[in-house]
Amino acid sequence: MELRKSYFADQRRDNLHEVGQPRPRSDSPGHVTGKTAYFADRNFPGMLHLKMVRSPHHHARIRGIDTSEAEKHPGVVKVLTAKDVPHNVYTILILIQIGPEDETVLADGKVRWKGEAVVAVLAETERAAQEAAAKVKVDYEVLPAVFDMEEALKPGAPLVNEYHGQNYYLYDSGECRKVRFGDIEAGFATADHILEQTYSSSPIEHAPTETTGCIVAPEGNDRFTCYTNTQAMFFTLDNASIILQMPGSKLHFVGGTVGGGFGGKVDVIVEPIAILGAKLTGRPVSFIYSREEEMQISSPRAAEKIIIKDGVMNDGRIVARKVTGYTDAGAYSRHSPYGAQKGAAHYPGPYTIPNVWIDTYCVYTNRTPSSAMRGFGVTIGDFALEVQMDKLARLIGMDPLEFRFINTYRDGDMKAHRQPTEGAALIECMQEASRAANWPVAEKFLAMSSYAKGA
Amino acid sequence: MAKVPVQFTLNGSEKAEFIDSGTTLLHALRDKIGDTSPKGGCHQGTCGACSIIIDGELRLSCLTLAETCNGADVRTTAGLSEGGGLHPLQRAFLDAFATQCGFCTPGMIMAAKVLLDHTPNPSREEVVEALSGNICRCTGYEPIIQAVLTAARSNSQNVA
Repeated sequence: MELRKSYFADQRRDNLHEVGQPRPRSDSPGHVTGKTAYFADRNFPGMLHLKMVRSPHHHARIRGIDTSEAEKHPGVVKVLTAKDVPHNVYTILILIQIGPEDETVLADGKVRWKGEAVVAVLAETERAAQEAAAKVKVDYEVLPAVFDMEEALKPGAPLVNEYHGQNYYLYDSGECRKVRFGDIEAGFATADHILEQTYSSSPIEHAPTETTGCIVAPEGNDRFTCYTNTQAMFFTLDNASIILQMPGSKLHFVGGTVGGGFGGKVDVIVEPIAILGAKLTGRPVSFIYSREEEMQISSPRAAEKIIIKDGVMNDGRIVARKVTGYTDAGAYSRHSPYGAQKGAAHYPGPYTIPNVWIDTYCVYTNRTPSSAMRGFGVTIGDFALEVQMDKLARLIGMDPLEFRFINTYRDGDMKAHRQPTEGAALIECMQEASRAANWPVAEKFLAMSSYAKGA
Repeated sequence: MAKVPVQFTLNGSEKAEFIDSGTTLLHALRDKIGDTSPKGGCHQGTCGACSIIIDGELRLSCLTLAETCNGADVRTTAGLSEGGGLHPLQRAFLDAFATQCGFCTPGMIMAAKVLLDHTPNPSREEVVEALSGNICRCTGYEPIIQAVLTAARSNSQNVA
C-alpha cells in the first residue's frame, strides 16, 4: 500500500507507523484452529430448546390460541404466550426516546406479518419442540394486507400497526422527515435542464453463515448469563431489562464473537424470550434460528423507493435537488425510523447544492420488519444518487468525474441540513482516483483543494 | 428414541458414545464429544461450515448420520495443529488475512486440506473448485484462495 503524504501535509504530524503495515488480527489464531468460541459452542446439561410458532398470515386477528395438545407432547417443558411476557410491547429505539412502543415479543390479539412470533415452545430436544410447535392451534381471522408503500399511504389502506394509528412514522416534523434549504422552485426555474428519475430496491437479507441465536444459563442466584451473537450487547441488555422488567444487574451478557452480522444482528429478538424461558423453567435455554428462519424471519434491509428531481446548468452546476424517499419498515419500526431520517440528511450527497427539498417517509406495510444493514438509510440512496449523477453528466455532455468535481463540497460549504462542511477530502480522493484509474480530468480539477474555493 | 452405539477415531483418538438414532455427526461431534470446530450454518448441506474429513474424503457432517461412521477415521480442523504448531494451511490463512468472522474457516480449511492431500500443487482453478461448496459471507474468497495456494507452495518446499 502506498501512502501519499502530499495530501493535507500541513495537518499531518504523525509518521503513520501502523497504517499500511500488516498486523495479525487478534482473533485469527482462534479462527484457524477452531478454538474461537461462538455462542452456540456452549453446551449445558439439561439445556432446553426453544422453537417459535409463527404466523402463516400477513395480517390476521387472533381469535384464540390452544396450546393444550402441545403441552402434552412428550418432552415439552413450557409453552409461552403473550401473557407470560412482563412487558410484551416494546420498541428497541425507546432507549434513545424514539417511540411509541409498537412491537410484541409474542403476538397479542393480532399478527402483522407472515412469520411473526406467536407462541414459544420449550422442550428437552429440538425435535420435540418442533413437533409440539406444530400442535399449537391458533384461530386466525385473516385481514386485508398491504405490501406496497404508496398503497399503504393511500386513504382507506388497511391499518398495519395500531400503535402508530397511521401507516407512517410520525416524526416531530410531521408525516415525514423534511429538509428545506434555499428556494427549490426558484432553483428549478433557473435550471437549463431538469431530470426526474425513480429508483427502487428490494429487501436484502444479510444471510450470515452463523444464524441468529443465544443460549441462556440460569446462574442459580436470580442472575442469567446470556451467550449471544448480538451485534449490540448493551443495547440488547437494556431492552431485555425493559421487556423482562428485570434490573440489568440480573443479566450477564457474553458475546462479541459474531459469525457474520452485517447489521442483521442488532435487533433484540431472541434474547428476551430465551431469558424468560430460562427464568420460568430454571433450565438453560437455547434459541437458535434455523437457516429458513434466518432467511425469512430476521430483519432484511428495507425496500426503498427514491424519487430524485435535479435542476442542472449547462456548465455543470446542480442548482436544485428535490428528493422524496420511502423506506419500507415492514410491520414494526425497529431501526427504520432512524434509517429514513439518515436518508433525509444524506440525499444531497457529498455535493453543494443551493436549493434542496427533501421528504423521507418511514412507511408501515405487512412485510417482514426491516432494520439495519451496512449503511442502511444511505447505501441505496448512494446508489440512486450516483446513478443520477452519471445521468446528469450524460444529459449535459460532461465527463462524469469532472461533473462531480464541479459539485463536490469543500470546507466551509453549508450542507442542506445546515451542518457546515468540515474536514472534506473528496476532491483529493477523486484526484487520486483519477490517477489510479487512469481516468484523466482537466488540469484545473487536479489543482483544486478541499480547503478553499478558487479553482 | 433408541440409543445406538458409535465408535470411531477423531483426530487419532478413540471415541465411543451412545447417541439417539438419527443424530447427525455434526451434533454428535459438537454436543456429545465436544469438538465444536465444525460449525452448523445451515444444517441442510449447502454452506459447508460443517465440512470434515472422513476416511480421507471431504464430507458434510450435517448430512452424515453418526451411526454410519463406525470404525471411521474422522478428522476436523481442531486436530490439525500438531504439537501446538500450526498446520501450513492454518499458518497461511492466518498470514493471508483469510479469516474475518471465522465461522466458515474450519470448513474452508478442511476442504483445502482434502484438495492438497490429493493435489499437492493445485492450479487456481482447482482451488476455486475445491472451495466451491463452502460459503463465506464476509466475502473474503480471494484471500482464502491465495492462502491455499501459499500453503501448497510451502508444502512443496518442505518436501523438497
